[in-house]
Formats: sequence, structure tokens, C-alpha cells
Amino acid sequence: MSAAANADPQLEAFRLEARKWLEENFPKSLVGKAGMMMGEEAASRNADFDKWKKAMGDKGWGTPTWPKQYGAGGLSTAQARVLQQEMGKIGAWNPIGGMGVMMFGPTLLEYGSEEQKKKHVPGIVKGEVWWCQGYSEPGAGSDLASLRTQCIDKGDHYLVNGQKIWTSGAQYADMCFALVRTDNTKKHEGISFLLIDMKSPGVEVRPIKLISGNSPFCETFFTDVKVPKENLMGPLNGGWTIGKRLLQFERQGLGGGIGGGGLNRGGETRTIDQVAKAYAGANDNGQVADADLRMRITNHMMDARAFMLTVQRAMSEAKGNAGPSATTSIMKNAGSRIGQERAELLVEVMGHQGLGWEGEGFTRDELDTVRGWLGGKATTIYGGSQEIQNNIIAKRILGLLDHQ
Amino acid sequence: MAVLNEEQSMIRDGAKSWVQEKSPVTAFRKLRDSGNADGFDRAAWKEMAEMGWAGILIPEEFGGTGLGYLTLGLVLEETGRTLTASPLISTALTATTALLLAGSDAQKQKYLPAIAEGKLIATLAVDEGPHHHPEKIALAGSASGGKVKLNGKKTFVLDGGTADLVIVAARTSGKPGEKGGITLVLVDGKASGLSREKLKTVDSRGYANLTFKDVEGEVLGTVDQGAGVLETTLDRARIGLTAEMLGQAAQSFEITLEYLKTREQFGQKIGTFQALQHRAAKMFTDLELGRSCVEGALAAIDRDANDVAQLASLAKAKVGDLVHTVSNEMVQMHGGIGMTDAHDAGLYLKRARAQEATFGGSSYHRDRYATLLGY
Repeated sequence: MSAAANADPQLEAFRLEARKWLEENFPKSLVGKAGMMMGEEAASRNADFDKWKKAMGDKGWGTPTWPKQYGAGGLSTAQARVLQQEMGKIGAWNPIGGMGVMMFGPTLLEYGSEEQKKKHVPGIVKGEVWWCQGYSEPGAGSDLASLRTQCIDKGDHYLVNGQKIWTSGAQYADMCFALVRTDNTKKHEGISFLLIDMKSPGVEVRPIKLISGNSPFCETFFTDVKVPKENLMGPLNGGWTIGKRLLQFERQGLGGGIGGGGLNRGGETRTIDQVAKAYAGANDNGQVADADLRMRITNHMMDARAFMLTVQRAMSEAKGNAGPSATTSIMKNAGSRIGQERAELLVEVMGHQGLGWEGEGFTRDELDTVRGWLGGKATTIYGGSQEIQNNIIAKRILGLLDHQ
Repeated sequence: MAVLNEEQSMIRDGAKSWVQEKSPVTAFRKLRDSGNADGFDRAAWKEMAEMGWAGILIPEEFGGTGLGYLTLGLVLEETGRTLTASPLISTALTATTALLLAGSDAQKQKYLPAIAEGKLIATLAVDEGPHHHPEKIALAGSASGGKVKLNGKKTFVLDGGTADLVIVAARTSGKPGEKGGITLVLVDGKASGLSREKLKTVDSRGYANLTFKDVEGEVLGTVDQGAGVLETTLDRARIGLTAEMLGQAAQSFEITLEYLKTREQFGQKIGTFQALQHRAAKMFTDLELGRSCVEGALAAIDRDANDVAQLASLAKAKVGDLVHTVSNEMVQMHGGIGMTDAHDAGLYLKRARAQEATFGGSSYHRDRYATLLGY
């Protein structure tokens, strides 16, 4: 397959074009800095990063396969693969990211009106508009459809009152895609999908401090927030379908992300066996000295390999198919479990050095590993908890019924 | 499911319908209850060969179709679903692989067309004790002029009691544990000095212990240099076997799922209980991960990738665990009925055990994977 693709002269021409452009535009100072740059916020980190983000944003290659008419790359899947290969060769990485790219954009392209696409896609493509997700509420976690944030039709605008929680990166966000209640008499059919400007009067954001010491999530309060009528996406009371579709993209991104660089939580770039040998010792054969630890590491590494093979399989199966399938639920559970196991193993093999919170006495990698372990606990809770994913697999894929 | 071409889809669909019509689990059960000493149904094997399955790995010049391992894996997955016992693993997969890798033109000409036609049962004899340890082969061979005289024993040889051709891994120099000094030897199933003891195993497949007393055979490949071919053959055999195991796991899962949807207790289908739903979801996740390992490994053989050994151990260990998980759950979720001989659950449970022991168990392959990757 790849041999045939390589032989395609048009694709080869594109490869040369991409290679040339990347060489001219990717600042060498950013090689290997992807993890540091792609934080929660879209804020500027340094001049080279800004330059690179602008170049990729203007070219539309941060969102390579989205339609050209909105400023995106308009590339075929094969071209996008070539672009990724060429980026990989020189250590270049995509500076355009976040929820806009991963979740909201694909949903907007599927369900948004033409006006909404024209208005909102370019900002995502250029990495200029940062989106956050207004889904969960204090009383609506796993049972998301019980959400109560009120959205009332005031004739020329909507009025929103309520509270969202676990809004990732809300403190940096420009816009919020939210599920709001537009009909109190129905559950799922009373929910609408609304786009809210985070700078609107009445929006208040409070970061939540987590066990990791970080505050990647916020509480977001809406008090008499006015939202223009054109910011309703999809039909009134038809938001649940759109909201669920977006979750499929989210799960795909979360699972797949862990399969990619995400398995290296906490900045530790060595493989676990290397870390184990460094901290806990190797035997005369150069193996991890502790036989039990060696087998647990091996088990983990095999699970990770099986997961990578599943990501590859899903990608090849999805060719010609527009979006994620129901099997994304499997990816989320498997990927998050394996990521957490990795973090726990890393902390364990580091021994006392894996117990640092901050300050002298611990390396950056050690401290990042600890924070990564704690922060990673969220991966089996957010985006639909592990238990919810199992419900989805049981009901939607396996066809098992609800308990009466 | 791997992305298939038209020919592969046709073969898969053909296998699916043949297995359902001609070789359902009831056929295997009948074979077992009839006390069949061969461990497989010769009439069924004839039909399988007529459909070309015995020659899927064999190039056209030797009478096969040369479609490769992924295609053979598709057939094995289907036959695995109904526990079909046939010489596909011993002959069409394992012995054929060894002949393809190491055979002279004359040897290929002599054996491969006969295999493709379904007229020759062949197998590979490796193990010598209760566990799979190809590194520790001790069976003595003395080589001279292209011939080898064998003395010693082999255990748990798949279709060993019926094979017309036995490929024996013998030690022609060095000591057990050393990598060099292994020679593959072609031995006629009726050779003088060869005694075969058919085993009655838990899964009713045709395994046998073989004893060699001054048995003469012919060198396959190069004297003392057989370890590499043996390892490659075993890896491909392991991967092919996991395709059968995957089909079996998928089928036992589907049977169990069906039971969850029909069995009622407390006025409910038991499949509505979340405790069982989550176990089913977990099994489904494991099945999907296992499928990725099997299909990835089969495809890796076909493109002659350099990580086939790793993928073989990955697949054998992961799918080895999987068949136990699913067959154990099959018995447990069926409850009392799953304990009866009349139900199929026990057949799946038993076959899983025998498969794990064949070509190395999960522990063996976890250790091997770790060693290959330098852990």
C-alpha cells in the first residue's frame, strides 16, 4: 500500500513541496519542544513559537484535511500522511491544537450552518481562537443529560444562567461550546448546543486546584449571560445528538493521543525499562534486575504495543470512512488504562525519587513524572468515565439492554 | 477487521459458510465421541484441500496459490470458531513454512504439491518435555552425507501420530542450550525405528509422542545451521495459531453474549445486569486488542518485516491470555449448564489450554518479548 502510494508522482511532488516549505518555515530551535509548547493555553511562549504557529495557521496545515474554503489545508488523507512524515523527519510538530481542533471543529464542520463555519472555522485553523467545553455540571457528570444550565429565548437573544464544571482551560478560552437546557419538560430532547463568548458580561471562571497541584479545569458560572441567536448550532432542543457526536471525536482524540506521544506522560522520554535499570538496577545480563518488576514492565509494554496496533488498525479501517466509529469507546478505556499503568510504574521504579513534590533534590523529569501520574488519574474520569465507556460498549456495540 | 482485497474477502466468506455447514462444533463433538484416533476428519480435510486451503502458503509453481499468511489466517480464524480439528496448523502452516524456508528444489517438488493436494500430512517435532523450549533441544542426530541418524524423543507433536512426514529438530553438535548445532531432518512417518504413541489429550486433537531409535532422515537446509529456520518457522506457526485462537475466542464470546440476551433470572435478561455488562465490555475490548495483534503479526510476515519475532511473542502471549479469559467467562456466565459436557463451553475451555501449551505459553512469550526488546 505504502509502496504504491510512494510511487504516485503527484504525491511525490507534494512531498517535495511540503519538505521545502517545512525547511523554510520550521524554526530549528523548536525541535523536541512539542510537549512544552502545547500546554493548555494558546498563549505565546516565545518568538519562534509565534512565528511557527502563524506560518502553519496561514498555510492551514495545522488542520490539514479540513476544507480549504475556510482557510484550512484541504489536503487528501494521503497528503496529510505525507505531511506528517515530512514533519517527523525534521522533528517539526503541529502548533495548532486544543479542543477547537480536536473536538469542536470536526463537529462544527458536520453540524454548523454555513455562516457559523465561515465565522468560527478560520479562528481554529489559525490557532487564534481557543475553545473550551461547557458540558459537565456539579449535578451532571456521568449522567450528563441531567444538566440544568438554563437557556431562555428572549426574542432577539438567549439568556443563559447556570454553572459548568471541569471546563478545561476555561481561564484561557475565548469561546465555549456548551450544552444548555432549553426545555425543562424533556431530558435528552430538551438540550441545545450553544456557542458562548467567554468575554460576555456575566461569565465568571474559577480554576480548581487538583491533586496534581495544577489547575487545568475550572468552574464556570453564567449569570444572565446574553448570547446572540445565531450562536445556536443545530436545531433548538436538538443539541444532544451534536453533543454526543462531539464526544466521539473527544474519545478518539483522548485514546489516540495516549497512543501517540501521550504515553510519555510527564516528560520522561526514556522507556520504562531504561528508567527501571537506571533507578532499580540491572542484572549481569543487562535485564531489569527485579524479575517481578521486569515482567510487570513487559506486560505493560505489550499492552501498549497492542494498543498502538489497534490505533493503526482503526486508522486503516477508517480510510474512506468520514469519522470515528463506535469502537472509539474501546480506544478511550484501553488507552487511558495503559497510560495510567505507565505513570504508576514510572513512579514505582523511581522509588524515593518518585515522591518529590517540588524543589531541590529532584530532577525536572522526576517532578514531572509525579505530577503526570496524579494528573493522569483524570483520564479514566473525563470524556465519559471508564464505567460510562463500558456502558456504551455493552449497550451500543454489544446490544445488551437496560435494566428494568 | 483487517482491510481485505476481493480475493481475501471471497476466501473468508467461503471459509465462513463451509465451516458453518460442514464443520460446526457438532462435527468436532462427533469426532471426539467416535473415538477417532487421527484427531481429525479425513473427509473434511479432503474438502478443505479441494478448496485450496492446504496450499494457501505454497507458490503456484508447487501447486498452491501463494496467497500468504494473512489469507491463511482468515481461514484459521473461521475454523477456530467451531473448533475444527484439521491438519491446517501442522501441515499447511508449520511444516509448509519450514519446507518453503529451507527446502531444496527437489524437496519442495517432492512434498509441497502433495501437501497442497491434501495427500500428505506433515508436522514439525520440536518439544521434548512438558514445556516448549526450542533452545534446549537434545534429541541426538549424527549427520553424514545429507542423511541424519536420530536417537531420542519428541513430545506433544501436533498430528504426530498421523503425519506422513515429520520434520524433526535435532541436535547434531554442541550441547542443549547452545544456539548452534541444530539440524532440521525430514523423516518418513513410517521410517523404521520410529515409534509413535498417540496421546488422548483434553482437547481431543491429534498429538503424539515420538521415539526415535536409529531412525534415518534427510537434512532439510544446512547441517548444524537449523536454529534460524526453526525460529522463523516457529514464529510464523505461532502467529498462524493465534489466528485460530482469535476465531475461537470471538465465537465463545458471541455464544456467551447470546446467552446473556436470552437467559432470564429475577424476571430480567441477565444481560441487563451491569456487573455482567461490564465484564462483557472488558472482554470485547480485549478481543479488539487481540485482533490487532494477530492481524498486525500476520501482515508483518507477508511483508517480511523485521519485527516478526516480537509480534509473534506479543500475539501468542496476548491471545493466549485472551482465550483463557473468554472461555473461563463462558463457563462462569453460563452457570451450571456451562459445566455440562452437553454444552460447548467446556470444549472451548479445553482447547484454549492445549493451544496455550503449543509453541510456547504466555509466560514463555512474555519473557521472550522482554528479551528481544532488551528489558
